[in-house]
Amino acid sequence: MKGYDLLDLALRNLGQSKLRNGLTTIGISVGVASLVAMLSLGVGLQQMATRRLAGSGLFDTVFVTSRQDFRGFDREDDAKTPHPEQSPVLDEAARVKITRLRYVTEVEPEVRVMGEVVAGGETHFGFVTGLPMSARQNEAFDNLKGKFFSSNDADETILLMDFAKELDPKNPAGLIGQDITLRYGERQALPQEFGRPQLAGSQTNNSSDSGRDDFAFSVVRKMQKLRVVGLIDSEPYGGMRTVSRGRIFLAVGTTERLNMAQFSDMRSSLRGGGGKSYTTLTVRVKDPGKVGEVQEAINKMDFRTFSVLDATKSLRRFFTVLDLFLGIFGSLALAVATLAIINTLVMAVLERRREIGVMKAIGASDQDVKRLFFTEAGAMGLLGGVTGVLLGFAIGKGINLGTEIYMHHHQMPAEAVWAMPPWLVGAAIAFSIIVSLLAGLYPASRAARLDPVQTLKYE
Amino acid sequence: MTSSPVAETAPAVRTQELTRHYPMGEGLIRAVDGVSLTVEPGEFVALLGQSGSGKSTLLNLIAGLDRPTSGSVVVHGSDLAQMSSEELARYRRNQAGMVFQAFHLISSMTIMENVELPMRFAEVDRAERAQRSRESLARVGLGNRLQHKPSQLSGGEQQRVSLARALANRPSILLADEPTGNLDTRTGEDILNLIRDLSLSLGMTVVMVTHERALAERFAQRFIFLGDGRLIGEEVRT
Repeated sequence: MKGYDLLDLALRNLGQSKLRNGLTTIGISVGVASLVAMLSLGVGLQQMATRRLAGSGLFDTVFVTSRQDFRGFDREDDAKTPHPEQSPVLDEAARVKITRLRYVTEVEPEVRVMGEVVAGGETHFGFVTGLPMSARQNEAFDNLKGKFFSSNDADETILLMDFAKELDPKNPAGLIGQDITLRYGERQALPQEFGRPQLAGSQTNNSSDSGRDDFAFSVVRKMQKLRVVGLIDSEPYGGMRTVSRGRIFLAVGTTERLNMAQFSDMRSSLRGGGGKSYTTLTVRVKDPGKVGEVQEAINKMDFRTFSVLDATKSLRRFFTVLDLFLGIFGSLALAVATLAIINTLVMAVLERRREIGVMKAIGASDQDVKRLFFTEAGAMGLLGGVTGVLLGFAIGKGINLGTEIYMHHHQMPAEAVWAMPPWLVGAAIAFSIIVSLLAGLYPASRAARLDPVQTLKYE
Repeated sequence: MTSSPVAETAPAVRTQELTRHYPMGEGLIRAVDGVSLTVEPGEFVALLGQSGSGKSTLLNLIAGLDRPTSGSVVVHGSDLAQMSSEELARYRRNQAGMVFQAFHLISSMTIMENVELPMRFAEVDRAERAQRSRESLARVGLGNRLQHKPSQLSGGEQQRVSLARALANRPSILLADEPTGNLDTRTGEDILNLIRDLSLSLGMTVVMVTHERALAERFAQRFIFLGDGRLIGEEVRT
């Protein structure tokens, strides 16, 4: 029998028992919808997690430290490098070298110093941290009140809301646009008679100074007027980086220009040499997928690196397992629908015994009969699959709307927890058809095996 | 199932020591028990006998709907007993047309669609199918009822549709199982007249099962009598 005749007969047969076949098809739809809704939820949650993690600014970042500074922390690593003290210093030259690496978009030091803000005659203590301009993309700035730094060395500051409340409990938002005075320690080189051959604030490191024992600097209290340009509610980088402990944020360039004395300066002074060095450099990579490559290149320069690349791997593993379980739960409804298909088609075989016998008597082969029932099962699967995907889509939209209302109710930004990728639409319909065809196997072979003599005799 | 030159001269149907036994409990029902007969091409033969004599079973064996326990059924040179189920389906589709006592039309289809059905299995093109259905129905006098459902027709009309369907694929042999059994005498005669005319005009072999000897004597050329599954006599109409 030709394909279009097969389809025509199958649809005609399905139309004969509209209610029963309709209910069976609805059963398939509900099954597919539940599968689609579950898997879409898995995909949505995964996308949300990826979005959040990307927003945290951790997944495209490599943290670089000198082996010298962390000597003894990782004994296994130290064993590989017998003389960490001979490892290079994380200085300006290293920073420039790292900046030139492929895929690197930004290399900034982590600046964290103690400071005091004088406001209303009172002194308020807080950590001052330097933020790179790329921090604007960090999720902490999603709800930024006011604006971000206008440039990398502007005399501007962004305050943590809690700190702003400390400064002005009644109207913290009113601080935006106001000037505050920051008191901090400036690192100043001692004159040459104290053993210092040149100004310590110089950005260039003179390697010939290394090993000199007469290096010295002083910390001088300084005041700087800063314009408050913005307020943020939460710490950038999810509190995972040292800079996030700050309450007063300045552009990194500003902190460098002000030559703020850092804790690492003490370490530098012990090491000797007058050049400025960094405890940690934060390297931003163009694409999270290239983090490994950049990390390897920096490792070759004999620096210690750290990234949360491994964390993403375990995250993917978690979501694969989650998808699997969501898929299994979603499939349960489809499994029930499969039984409904088998039941419907077995009933159809019983009801249409005579018809099958007649068809065989006038020339239908066993294969024709089998294919007819398969086509009926497949048509129910296709229809159920398509309506199921639409139903699943509606459920998903409902979930997103519900989440949005809930988040809004809790003063949180809306978040899409459900997402239906195009591949899922195709896969769900194909899966529905395949499951329906499998369900049609038994009824179809039962119909094909019917003895025409027996079926015609009993009528 | 192409006919060879040898098959052209061969009988339309030849059975040899044909048996069909059914197990029944510990016993055996010998529905057809060693029947050997021959039907020539174009012949109109009536199989007569009491109820349970095995005439319908014999017809089903000739129609390829049932398989013999032993013996052979050779139709136009091909032994049905040796055929696969696919080959038997092809034989029923192209060479044998069947008419039943209960008409066995598909009630959800129009009479046109009923007649088209065997042509769908034979993969005849849609346009040709429609034309042949119309011709077939016109031949049995129902050319103006194409879109009617079987339930809208009388018994005689339904049997005509059944006949048109049997002829749809232009078979060489027509097998009729009690075609007048559900009809009144007058209508029954009309149907048999039609079958005889078609047989003559199309040169088609007809094997008809009936228990109405008087009716058979008016139309068939030869009568084969069965009793308890055996061939018990044969008569040629004079």
